[in-house]
This record gives sequence, C-alpha cells and structure tokens, in this order.
Amino acid sequence: MTTLTETPTRPPADAPAQTGGRLVDLVLRARELSIAAALILLVVITTIANPQFLSAQGVEDIFLNASILVLLAVGQTMVVVTRNIDLSVGSVVGLVAFVTGDFASGTDRNVLLVLVVGMAIGTLCGLVNGLLVSFCRVPALVVTLGTLYVIQGIDYYLAHGEQISASDLPSSVLSLGNDAVLGVPYLPIITVAVMLAMGYYLRSYSSGREFYAIGSNPEAARLAGVPIRRRVLTAYLVSGLLAGLAGVLWLARFGTVVADAANGWELKVVSAVVVGGVAIVGGTGTVYGAALGALLITTIGSVLVVLKVNSFWQDAITGVLLLLAISVDRLLALRVTRALRVKSRTRRGRRRLNGNGSGGAHRAGRAEAAAPLPATKEGSARDEV
Amino acid sequence: MRFDPRGLLRWESAVILLLVVVFFGGAGISPDFANSDNLSFALGDLSEIALIALPMTLLVVCGQVDLSVASVLGLCSALTGALWDAGWALETIFVVVLVVGLVCGLVNGWLVTRLGLPSLAVTIGTMTLYRGLAYVVLGTEAISQFPQRYADLATQSVPGTPVPYPMALFALLALVTGVALHATGIGRSLFAIGSQEDAAYFAGIRVKRIKLVLFVISGLVAGFAGIVYTLRYGSARADNGLGLELTVIAAVLLGGIDFDGGKGTLGGVIAAVLLIGLLRNLLMLNDVSTEIQSIVTGLLLIVSVLTPRLIAVVRETRGRQRGPRPEAPAPAATS
Repeated sequence: MTTLTETPTRPPADAPAQTGGRLVDLVLRARELSIAAALILLVVITTIANPQFLSAQGVEDIFLNASILVLLAVGQTMVVVTRNIDLSVGSVVGLVAFVTGDFASGTDRNVLLVLVVGMAIGTLCGLVNGLLVSFCRVPALVVTLGTLYVIQGIDYYLAHGEQISASDLPSSVLSLGNDAVLGVPYLPIITVAVMLAMGYYLRSYSSGREFYAIGSNPEAARLAGVPIRRRVLTAYLVSGLLAGLAGVLWLARFGTVVADAANGWELKVVSAVVVGGVAIVGGTGTVYGAALGALLITTIGSVLVVLKVNSFWQDAITGVLLLLAISVDRLLALRVTRALRVKSRTRRGRRRLNGNGSGGAHRAGRAEAAAPLPATKEGSARDEV
Repeated sequence: MRFDPRGLLRWESAVILLLVVVFFGGAGISPDFANSDNLSFALGDLSEIALIALPMTLLVVCGQVDLSVASVLGLCSALTGALWDAGWALETIFVVVLVVGLVCGLVNGWLVTRLGLPSLAVTIGTMTLYRGLAYVVLGTEAISQFPQRYADLATQSVPGTPVPYPMALFALLALVTGVALHATGIGRSLFAIGSQEDAAYFAGIRVKRIKLVLFVISGLVAGFAGIVYTLRYGSARADNGLGLELTVIAAVLLGGIDFDGGKGTLGGVIAAVLLIGLLRNLLMLNDVSTEIQSIVTGLLLIVSVLTPRLIAVVRETRGRQRGPRPEAPAPAATS
C-alpha cells in the first residue's frame, strides 16, 4: 500500500472517478455548449454580412441539408462510441438511393415500401460489417474501408453510368422529401425523432450504457458481462439501417440520383461526429453533440456560399475543424486528468493527517485506486467517464 | 510464440505462391499478358502504390497508419500543375513540392507525437484537409503539357530491362528499407514499438522521434509520388490518386503486416504489391470494368485481414481442444 502511493504507474484505464465525476461532466457538457456557441456566432456574423442568410428559406435549406448528415451522424455515434468506425456509410447511401430509385422509377409504389426496401439493404450492409468486426475480430477501419469500395463498386456496376430522374419517381416518394407538416418539412422531423429516440436509448437504458462501457474499456466490459459482440453488431446494424433510411431520404429530397451520389460522405460524417465531441477512441459523446457537429458542418457549407467564398474551401475547413476538435479534446482531457490528480493528492494528504494507523493507510490506498493516476500517453480523462 | 515465425513464413510464401500462380495463369489466359511491353506497363502502373507502400509498411509495423497519403499525392500533383501553369521552372517546382509533402508529413507526425492523438483520427482529418487544399490550389482544372524530358523519365524503362525508372527507384528504396527494417537496430525498435509501445519506451527507444520521422518520410514519399503521378499521366488534377490509400493499405496488409503492429516483413509487402499490380493488369486486359476492379480491391483488403484472424481463431480453438485432452485421461489413471 505505502509503496503504491509514490510509484508512478500507468493509470488503471477504467478507474471510476467519483471524485472528479462532476468536473469531467462539466467539461463534456461545456463541449456541446461550445459547439452550439460556435454555431450561433457563425450564424450571427453571417447574418450581419448578409441578412438574407437567416430568411425562412435559408433556414429551411440548412435544416433540410443537415437532416441526412445528422441521421448518418447518429448512426455513426453508436459505432464510434464502441471504439469502432463505419466508413462504408457514404457508399451505402449511394447504393440505397440508386437501387430504391430504380425500384420505384416508373411505378406507383408506396413510399413505405420504398423505405422498407432501402432500410433492408442498409441493414444488410451493416450486418456484413458488424459480423466481420464483432465475430471475426477484424479491425473496423480496414473492414469498412474494404466494404466502402465493394459497396461502391456494386453501386457503379448496377448503375452503369445511368441516373435516376425525378420525373420517373412516384409522387409519394417525392413528397416525402419536399412536403411539410404544419410548415415543418418531413426530413427534419424524421431526423429529430430518430435522434431523440437514440439519445434516450443510449442515455437511459442499461443496454445503451453498455455501448459506452465497451468503448471506454472493452476488457472491463467483458469481465462485467457485457455481451460485446452482440452490442457491436447492433451498432453496425443501426448504422446500416440509418444509412439505408438516409439513402431513401436522399432519393426523396433530390429526385435525381447518380451512382456516386454520396461519395466522400463518410469523412463528412466522421468529422461531424468527432467535432460533436464523440471521441474516436470510444466511450464518450452523445448523439446530440454529433447532431450539433453535423449542423455546424452543414452551416459552414451554406455560409461559404452566402459569403461567396470559393466552395473548394469547404473540405479544407472541415479537415481543420476535425483536427481542432480532437486536439482541443485531448488538451482538455489532459488538463482534467491533471486536475483530478491534484485533487486526489490533496484529499489523500488530508486523510493521512486525520486518519489513524492502518485504517488511514487503507483508505488512502482506496483513494489511490479510485483516482486516475498521472497522465501518461494513453491516460485520458474520458476513460473514466 | 513458437507458432509465429512459421505462420508468417507460411503467409508470405502463400502470397508469393499466389503471385506465381497469377503470373502463369495470366500468361495462360491472356496472350498479351506475359510480354515485356505489358509487364513494363503493369509495373509502371504500380509506381505510386509501390513507393508509398514502403513508408506505410514501416508505419503499420509501428502500429500507426497514414490515411492522408493519397491526399498528399493529390495536393502535390495540383501544386505541380499550378506552379507550372504560373511559369515556374520544373526543377524549382520539384523542390517546393517535396518540401510541401514533407511539411504535410510533419503536421501528421506532430499531431500524433506531440499531442498524443491517434494516428487514425489525425490522418482522417488531414486526408480531408490536404484534399481540400488540393482543390483550393487547382480547382477542377487539369494542367497538362509537361516537358517531354521529364515525362520520359516517369514512363520510360531503364535501357535493356522492362523496368520503368520509378520502379527501378522503388527497387533501390525497397532494398534500403528492407535492410533498415530487418537488419538494423532501428528496424528492431520499430517492431518493438509496434508490439508494446510502453515497453519500447521504457527500454530507451525514442518512440516519439521515430514516429515523427516515419510520418515525415511518408509525407515526403507521397509528395514524390505526386510528381511521378503527374508526369506519368501528363496531367495535374486535384483529384489525382483519389482512394489510392486503400490500395496501399491493402497491399501492406496482404503482405502480412499485422494491422495492430509489430509483425510482418517487407518481402511480403513487395510480393503483395506485385500481386495487386498483376491482378489489376489482368482484369484490365480482360476488359473487366473498373467497378469490378474496385470490388476486387475491396474484397482483397477484407480477405487479407480476415484470413490471419480466422487462422488465429482456428488455432486457438484447436489449441483449446488439444489442451484438455492429455489431462482428461490423467484423473482416470489416478482413480
């Protein structure tokens, strides 16, 4: 016990930090607030430069454009929280948009049937990813990079350079993308409903919490009896399902679809999620943060157009934003860890003064185990959340 | 532990065997395949992938990955075009572009080592950033008409052999890399970092410095590949080499480098690069569409990571089955 107190060991990766729980919580909430603040600042500045930006039409456009990205970001959050990644979503959206478009073109098919077909295709893609990652234990990055190209290849092969045109689509499909209820378009309604449901599930259900447990420490989660494989598979299924839904919404919104419709969107989605405070190493972040990140990235795109900045800058800015987000996260995490360390030291010191003999030493040892130790390379505050 | 060298040996010899099979099979299927013109073309087509695969191998052995290489290639290609269009001398452009590649690598390495960020997240970010910058530099334009002298250097073969100049350079660099990785202390430390970073650190290996240098080399080589790409196709575009990082990583993993680091040999990677080159060439000769080629690359990537894991799982279960068996009769004997 006494030797432990002074030896700088590696931090127990997953020590529950009751001592600093509130502090960590505060930082994380500040994170979402800061994105919201950045978003508001951006909107205010742009509106001053060009009052047209905040017109009803402008706002509606932003929300319509953001809906699909937010939907994908919600699915991606589930995967990233478990310390995995799904890079195939862009390809899935493209494939589903084209296949369901082809399926509905020139027919009178019901929009619900189209939705079901789209989501089934998406879920199938998610199943392949999920089985490979969870049961074959293959690195998620590599697998989904591979399925990205396989799915994209299938999409191109089916499309053969042709495109779906809006004039062939049944009106029920097009109205899903363009009509509104009480002035609010369907797309944002669907997205917000999905987001709230997922947010509630991940926050309030014990199985939802297990996704976070897996991401923050897979080994500990396994020992705690979390069915890791099933949860990871579920995450991929949900991500695939939502990508399928997003594909149908894409079709409904744009009507005209070419095979490479959503090329490169996987990076946009991952950026949105990470900017929104979902750590790429898993274990932290909420779907609301991810949705805010997606909204921010979409808004930046619109702002560039309004301010007449070369739209080529958008990718570069997204990249910088992502790097900035992970860097700030990292620095904050280091600072929190350091603060917790100081806190636990002072508390321990006080206990030793008050405590009598072995009891005091015992408690000191417990405090040691409960508090995160020095911030080494791997130790980060989010591990303790 | 005793399994490892044998297993790896088997993996790499499987790749080499596959290479031989594809070569002779290809020669059987397609009469145009095995002549020196076509092989020279197939090799030349591999130039950028092969060159970038060398530093990528070192990075993956170290447990790192650089997804931004294709974007660095695109940025450097776009920059070459833009500066050439602005009337710069090509020699000056080369120097500038190589420095830009180096700086790109430095940014990656700095973010990974100084801030301690995961290389995956960093290079996804810089992948978007560098590709975005490529578009900022050149937009959707295409710059062509580079001097013939340099175009020849990128496309012509070394006299008397079917090996194009960039691939000859690759052979030279591969030799240097192979020796560095497998016959020097630096190479050993790369494996050490890849298998247990903390242990390597406590053993006195300068983990951060080595990683930083590797990312810088990766950027530099990707920048050079950008020049080769531009000259080879005679066209500088911002979307040059889009998705190339996938093929490079596929080659590295197919070559038997473990994605988690610490395992593999450069020989396997070289064999895998050649295998991918021959396969692509064969598909092209048989008029298989590019869509199918993209499916094949994707599948190859999945198979190359899936197979070793499956082998490991099979071994594990077999070991578990074998394990208890000798024990099982023991209680019977005592009772």
